Amino acid sequence: MSDPEDPALARAFERARLTRRSFLAAFGAAAAAGCADRAERSALWEAFVQQHYKRLTEDDKRVIFARLEAEVRRRHGVQVTIADPAPLRGVEFGYALNLSACVGCRRCEHACAVENNTSRDPTVRYLKVLQMESGSMDVERSRVGYQGPVPAAGHFYMPVQCQQCRDAPCVRACPVGATWTEPDGITVVDYNWCIGCRYCEAACPYFARRFNFSEPDLRPSEINPDQGYLSNRLRPVGVVEKCTFCLHRVRRGEYPACLEACPTGARKFGNLLDPASEVRQVLDHKRVYVLHEDAGTSPRFYYFFD
Amino acid sequence: MRRRVRELVAFIRASAREVLRGGPEYRRWVAFLALWIALGGAAWVEQLLVGMSVTAMTDQVPWGAYIANFSYTVGLASAAVALVALSYLRGDEDARALVVVGQVVTIAALTMGMLFVVVDIGRPDRVWHFIPLLGRFNFPISLLSWDVVVLNGYLVLNFYLATYTLLARFRGREMKRLKYQPVLALGVLFAVAVHVVAAFLYCGLAARPHWHAAVLVPRVLASAFGSGPALLILVLSVLRDRMALPVSPRVLASLRVVVTAALWVNLFLFGAEAFTEFYAGSSHAAPLRYMLFGLHGHRLLVPYLWLALALNVGATAVLSTPRLFAREGLLRGACGATIVGLWIEKGMGHVVPGFIPSSLGEIVEYSPSLHETLVCAGVWAAGALLLTLMLKVAVPVEFGQLRLYPTQGGPS
Repeated sequence: MSDPEDPALARAFERARLTRRSFLAAFGAAAAAGCADRAERSALWEAFVQQHYKRLTEDDKRVIFARLEAEVRRRHGVQVTIADPAPLRGVEFGYALNLSACVGCRRCEHACAVENNTSRDPTVRYLKVLQMESGSMDVERSRVGYQGPVPAAGHFYMPVQCQQCRDAPCVRACPVGATWTEPDGITVVDYNWCIGCRYCEAACPYFARRFNFSEPDLRPSEINPDQGYLSNRLRPVGVVEKCTFCLHRVRRGEYPACLEACPTGARKFGNLLDPASEVRQVLDHKRVYVLHEDAGTSPRFYYFFD
Repeated sequence: MRRRVRELVAFIRASAREVLRGGPEYRRWVAFLALWIALGGAAWVEQLLVGMSVTAMTDQVPWGAYIANFSYTVGLASAAVALVALSYLRGDEDARALVVVGQVVTIAALTMGMLFVVVDIGRPDRVWHFIPLLGRFNFPISLLSWDVVVLNGYLVLNFYLATYTLLARFRGREMKRLKYQPVLALGVLFAVAVHVVAAFLYCGLAARPHWHAAVLVPRVLASAFGSGPALLILVLSVLRDRMALPVSPRVLASLRVVVTAALWVNLFLFGAEAFTEFYAGSSHAAPLRYMLFGLHGHRLLVPYLWLALALNVGATAVLSTPRLFAREGLLRGACGATIVGLWIEKGMGHVVPGFIPSSLGEIVEYSPSLHETLVCAGVWAAGALLLTLMLKVAVPVEFGQLRLYPTQGGPS
C-alpha cells in the first residue's frame, strides 16, 4: 500500500473507471455485433469446458497452452511460451532464510513480481517483508509498508511467502481440488479450475495467497514471456494465486527469482532430500525454526539466525 | 400414473393462479421486492463484468458481507426443525399443522444462503466444478464440500416434505406415514448437520484464532435457534393477521421459549468466551478486543457490535419477563431485535474479526461497498419474494379451501 512504486490512489480510481467503461462498451459492442468472432467464441467455450489439470492428457495440454498463448498474443500483443516442466524424481524443495543477514531491502519482493507476472495495478505481491521490532517475534507488532532507509535501528526483517506446507490447510480447504501439493513439495493452483471462493485465503496462516479482484493489469513490456502453466502464466480475473518457488525455474535447475535478487545471501534454496544441498547444510548445522509451528502445517520454509 | 401427472399439473396451475392473484397491498409488496431484486441483480452483473474489485474485500479480509449473510441465513433454516421438534417431541398437534410453514421459511433461508455463496465466488461460471465426477468435488476433505452436501440435502428434503404435504392436502388424501416420517427424521439429522458444518467451516481453521475454538459450535447453534424461531414467530403472526391463519397461542409461546433459551445460551457462551480471552490477556484476544474496543485505533466495528449486544440483551430481557412479552407489540419488537442483533453478531461480527489482525499482523478494516450492499439487499429481497409466493400457495392449501376437488372435504 505504501510501496514507493505504487500508483497514486487517484490514478487507480481513474483506471478502474476506464476499465469498467471500456468493458461495458466492449460488452455492448459485442452484443450489438451479434457476438465476438468465431475463434474467440470457441476459445471461450473451450476455456469453459476445460477439465482439471490432473485429468489432462499431453495432447490436451498442447492444445490448451496454444490457446492460452494465442490469448496473450491477442490481448497484449506479446508472444509468450507456456511450458509445464514435470516435478523431478528424488527432489523435494526447501527454503531457508537467514534473518541475521536480511536487511529489509525488498528486492526479493520486487523480483518476485517481475518474474511471476503479478498484477501491477492493483498491486499483487506474493512476498511480504515484515519490519519486526527487536526483542519481539510478534507479527502484530511488525509493519509491512515501512518507509525510509534500511536496515532501521531497533528492527530486524522477516520476509514471508508461501511456506509450501507439508500439511497445507489451503489444499484441505479447497472444495474443488483446484490447489494441491506436487510431488516435489510445491503447492500449486490450477488457475483454470479455481472457482474463487477464497476459503484457502481464510485457511492460510501465512497470508500467502492472493485473489485477483480485477483483471491482472501489466504493460506488454512488463510481461515475462517465460511461463509455466502452474506458476507464472497470466492469471484470469476471479481466481487465487500464490508463490510456487518459481516452479518453472527451479524444475529446470535454476534458483527462485527472490533468491537471485537477494544482495545479502540471506536466502538458501535446494533439495531437502540431498544431504549435500545448501539448504540441508543449513538444516543440519544451524538452529532453525518454522513460522507458526502451532498451526501444525509443517512448512518446507525455515528461518534461522546466524 | 397419468392421473398423478394430471393432479400435479392442476396443482401447479392452481399455485400459479394463486400467486398471480392478490390485493393492492400484495402487489405493492411484490413490486417492492422485485425492484430490489433488479437493483441487486444489476450490481451483481457489474461485479461479474468488472471483477470482485467492486466489493470492499481485500486479501487481508477475503470474506465480507456475502459470507456473513450466508452464515446468518443458513442459521435461519432452523425454523423447520424447531416446529418439527415441537410437534413430534412434545406431540403438539397445533404445531404439527404449522410444520409446512416452517419448511417454507427454511426453503427460503437455504435458497438465500446458496445465492450468497454464488455472488461471493469469483468465478460463478465454474460452479459445475462442484459436480462430482463431472467436476472434482473435494469430499470429504474440504469442509466447504460438506457444506454443499448438507445445504443441498436439507433443501431437497424440505422441498420434498413441503410439496408432499401440500399435494396430499390439495388432492384431499391422507399423507402416508412411510412416505413422510422417515424423510422428516432424516431432515432433523440434516438440520443439525447444517448448523454444525456451518460452524466447523470456521473453527476448522487453525490459522484464525478467533474462530479456532470449540465454543463456536454451540454458539452458532444457539444463534440459529434464536434467529430462525424468532423469524417464524413474526411470519406466523403476520399470517394470522393478514391471511387468517389459525395459529394457536401455545405454538407461539413454545417458539418464544426456544428463542429465549437460545438467547440465554448465546449470551452465556459469549461471556465465557470473553472471560477466557481477556483474563489471561494473550494475543489471542486481539480479534475480540478489536470487535469490542478497537485495536490500535481501528474501531470500525465497535459501535456496530455494541448495538448487537444491546439488542440481544434487550430481547433476552423482554422475552424473559412475562409482563413484557405478554404485550404483542413488545413480543414482536423483541423478535425483531433478536433477528437484527444476531444478524450483526453472527454475520459481520462473526466473519470480519476473524481476519483482524491478519495472520501477518496487519489491520485492514472492512465495511461493505455500495455494490455489496445492493447485492445483499437483492438476495434478501429474492428470499422474501420466494417466501411470500410459497406462503401465498401453502396457506390456502394447508388451511383454506384451495383443493383439487372442493366438494370432497374442507380443512380439518
